[in-house]
Amino acid sequence: MSRQRRVLLVVAPLVFGVAFLSAWELFVVVQHVKPFILPKPSAIWHQIVSNRSLIVEAARVSGANALVGLVAGTAIGLVGAFVASRFRPVQELLSPLAVAVNAVPIIVLVSVFNNMFATTSSIPRRLMVTIVVFFVVFVNVTKGLTNTDQTQLELMSSYAASDWTILRKVRLPNALPFFFTALKVASSLSVITAFVAEYFGGRQNGLGYKITSSFTSSKQAQGWAYVAAACALGLVFYLAAATAERVAIPWETKKSS
Amino acid sequence: MTTAAVQIAGLSKVFNRGKPNAVSALVDIDLTIAPGEFVSLIGPSGCGKSTLLRLIANLTEPTTGTVTVNGKPARQARLDQDYGMAFQQAGLFEWRTVAKNIELPLELRGWDKTRRRQQALAMLDLVKLREFADHNPWELSGGMQQRVAIARALAFEPGLLLMDEPFGALDEMTREHMQGELNRIRSVMGTTVVFVTHSIPEAVFLSDRVVVMSPRPGRATAIVVVELGPRTYDTREAVEFFKKITEVREALRGNEFGERGRPAEEI
Amino acid sequence: MTVGGTKAGARLRRALMFVASLVLVASAWELYKLVGPEHGGRVLGARILPRTENSSMPHVWDMLARFRRPEVRGSSRTVGAAVAAGAWYTMRLALAGFALGCVIGLVLAIVMVRFRLAAAALLPYVVLSQTVPLIALAPQVVSWSQHLTLLGAKWQPWMSVSTIAAYLAFFPVAVGALRGLQSPDENAVELMDSYAASWRQTLWKVRFPAAISHLIPALKLAGVASVVGAIVAEISTGRRGGIGRLILEYSREATSDPAKVFTAVIAAAVIGLVMTGLVVAFDVSLSRHRPREAAL
Repeated sequence: MSRQRRVLLVVAPLVFGVAFLSAWELFVVVQHVKPFILPKPSAIWHQIVSNRSLIVEAARVSGANALVGLVAGTAIGLVGAFVASRFRPVQELLSPLAVAVNAVPIIVLVSVFNNMFATTSSIPRRLMVTIVVFFVVFVNVTKGLTNTDQTQLELMSSYAASDWTILRKVRLPNALPFFFTALKVASSLSVITAFVAEYFGGRQNGLGYKITSSFTSSKQAQGWAYVAAACALGLVFYLAAATAERVAIPWETKKSS
Repeated sequence: MTTAAVQIAGLSKVFNRGKPNAVSALVDIDLTIAPGEFVSLIGPSGCGKSTLLRLIANLTEPTTGTVTVNGKPARQARLDQDYGMAFQQAGLFEWRTVAKNIELPLELRGWDKTRRRQQALAMLDLVKLREFADHNPWELSGGMQQRVAIARALAFEPGLLLMDEPFGALDEMTREHMQGELNRIRSVMGTTVVFVTHSIPEAVFLSDRVVVMSPRPGRATAIVVVELGPRTYDTREAVEFFKKITEVREALRGNEFGERGRPAEEI
Repeated sequence: MTVGGTKAGARLRRALMFVASLVLVASAWELYKLVGPEHGGRVLGARILPRTENSSMPHVWDMLARFRRPEVRGSSRTVGAAVAAGAWYTMRLALAGFALGCVIGLVLAIVMVRFRLAAAALLPYVVLSQTVPLIALAPQVVSWSQHLTLLGAKWQPWMSVSTIAAYLAFFPVAVGALRGLQSPDENAVELMDSYAASWRQTLWKVRFPAAISHLIPALKLAGVASVVGAIVAEISTGRRGGIGRLILEYSREATSDPAKVFTAVIAAAVIGLVMTGLVVAFDVSLSRHRPREAAL
């Protein structure tokens, strides 16, 4: 990638973002928009600063839910993918289920979970995130493990290599890009799922709850402050996954530049 | 040495045997390849030459007949790693450097790190790509990747090399260059080579004998003995070279028209 | 090559496996009920095993039976009718959102393909937009909407729900369309250039057809996303009449009537399946003009 293009990719969105925020600020001031309709960016910033400990606490709760679900879902998804790539019947059973899960608003299951566990438990939300992440990781990693280059497989066959060796030396490295694609999607998905799960009842201590309660008590700027925290949380998770990708499979990222 | 490198007797291969879409790929193949010989398999598409190579490599099993490599059944030869193989796609692992790609078969055989590295570098010297040892495969051109694949096939210096149209994806000039390189390497290492191609000049340039195959079901209809002596840049201009090419071409055409009766009109 | 017979055979097999996997899930549910701790349990000290008593985990057959019984004691309307009505309401809202989201997503994708600068500037925000829980902003959207008039008509509250559904739907469409529109290889585009074709002609004749195969999975995702958006928006704006409201209501009654919430959950799942089915039907209708996929 040329230096020019690299600079453009960083500068253009920044410029756009600054322009957007300034236009927003101006619009509110010039049009005398009431704060309960649309607060100014500067007012939101003020709220962020003055409420920061509360914001961080709420973010920590939602973040913890998302993280637990992300780790658990990824671990189980990986195990499932290995088993499925090895045993065809498992793959044939789980794949239609994965398609179905993608076709329904699975998030509504949180209301079911809330009933199955104690009311003060964080398990329902973490379980929801785990399930969502599981399917993403499972589908992608299975695809990666089974999608190997024919020539490479024939080569390993000519080496009389065992299935285990082929898994280690060919299938796994081949599957890594697929895994990281899944991880990037799953990371932001885990954060969003953690919020949305809070709508279906249960403990009222995360960002989702805080956002709603701020808006319903007409504290718009405060609500937006929590929204900003939510965005930041999602961004942090995504960047962590993207960085992990760069570290683990440098050849993939170098290829595309 | 009196043991043939490869001995094929009464070989036939039917795919999907017993089912309605059964295909007879090879029929009644008998072939003996001496150690150190370079034998090409040539024929039209679908004549089963790749299948024959895979039977020797024990990547598939024959329907009837036997394949013996170095005096053992093909399966044992594969388990004992008696041959190296090169395919039409280089099939390099993009997550390994060039040198590490060559080290792959050595790792599988349990060689230690230093020895592996030494051998990989030696092989790279052989294919004249030493300076690319720590590069990534995608940084190399198609021809260079094929050279690495060949270096990999030779990594543990097997007595037998099986090659399935390895130069098929390359342009003509690179192809000719690679043929020269393969010839040079072969004379240095004395390897037996079984080479599948559908280029007549390539087969003639490289081989001691050219096995001509008929369209499906493949039979070995003719074996052209090529005695051109040591190959040089001038070989491709020699009268004898063209004569041999004609001989192979006629044998191929004979297959084409033999079953249909009289040959088509000359253009 | 997939000939008619074998392709139908493959479809049948997939359908059977799907049913089998549902049966598997139901069996796993019942099995856990059989062996699991009645009041929940601990694993390595953490309370992660759910309660297996009937008030927490009703039997699968109880869930199905609940559809036919009255919604509320003494009412003549069955639960089945109630959730069907709710589902229909939500689906219409989701469809509106889906349609809007598709349009926005497509327009964005076309703009980003046309103007590389726009692509560079906008793409990070398009990605970022999905981390903004607009669902959480639903009440805010409602308060905005009270001051909006759309083409002379007053903004209806249901439009807020559809707007949020559209917000969730546009992202997969934009990403899928972008990838699809950029997918034709150099040769095809150069051919059009050699015909001195305008950018718009190339768009119609080359890019769009190439984009279809990338769009279909994206549309499926968008369809489900719009359903999720509609349901959650209903809940957070307190909208009545839809399945979201029913899920919330029924889950509050769960201790006394545990199977009821499952009926609403199943109905919500059905909405999602119908949306996916619509996209598949759309795909099939287009397939007549696309080459048959050859099996490798």
